[in-house]
Amino acid sequence: MREALFLFFVVVAGTGGELCVTRAMKHVGEVTDFRPLALVRVIFRAMKVAWMWVGLAMMTLAFFSLLALLSIENVSFVVPVTALSYAAGALGGVVFLGEHVSRRRWVGVLLVCLGVTLVWLGKR
Amino acid sequence: MSSSGGLHFKTYCMILIMVVFGPLGNVLLGKGMKNVGSAASWAPSELPHIFSSVFTSGYIWLGVASLLTFFVAYMLILSWADFSYVQPASSVAYLVVALLAYFYLGEKISPLHWAGIGVICLGVFVVGNTPPRTTEVR
Repeated sequence: MREALFLFFVVVAGTGGELCVTRAMKHVGEVTDFRPLALVRVIFRAMKVAWMWVGLAMMTLAFFSLLALLSIENVSFVVPVTALSYAAGALGGVVFLGEHVSRRRWVGVLLVCLGVTLVWLGKR
Repeated sequence: MSSSGGLHFKTYCMILIMVVFGPLGNVLLGKGMKNVGSAASWAPSELPHIFSSVFTSGYIWLGVASLLTFFVAYMLILSWADFSYVQPASSVAYLVVALLAYFYLGEKISPLHWAGIGVICLGVFVVGNTPPRTTEVR
């Protein structure tokens, strides 16, 4: 039961956090200067966007849930099952960020989900 | 970096950093957490002791450092590429995680498990052949 709860937080809070971080980074704009000082400036600019903080809070929850899950199950099982967030991520990308996900990309996402299912079954 | 070739090169470099440091971080965290004990039996009164064990573990800190490297690369790539492209494309990390878990941690992985990881990588291949950006540049 605890495993399912931790997995839920890893998937839902993790995906939600990544979506918020993406929205914040899109607000900051495309990074074209990769010099260290310029990167630090980008990070500081990103930290001024509220979505970044919401995203970081959700990702922190997902991180501690991941730690708890890793204490129960093997890493070779935990990491693949967290790929359940792929479907949520693609859906979130469409709904929350206005991205266009092509049919081909959907096929890829579905294959990833099928792989996760096999990993889950392979554990038993 | 406005050309399509430059955009793809930049994207692939960041994905490479992500697929090395992401899995390495997870494997180090897994090793560290196995020393802390199973969360299936954690009681609320034990939480201070558990947090103390977690944050004094060298493996956990190395894992966090690796994941921070991953996260910076992730933040940068998300400034130009779609989330729904980046997230699946980085899933090749699952193969790296499994290889590290098998060779470094000695975890047993069944044939069906390996097959699942292979299907995930096939999904990555399909996703990797789609354009990295579908939205307007701001």
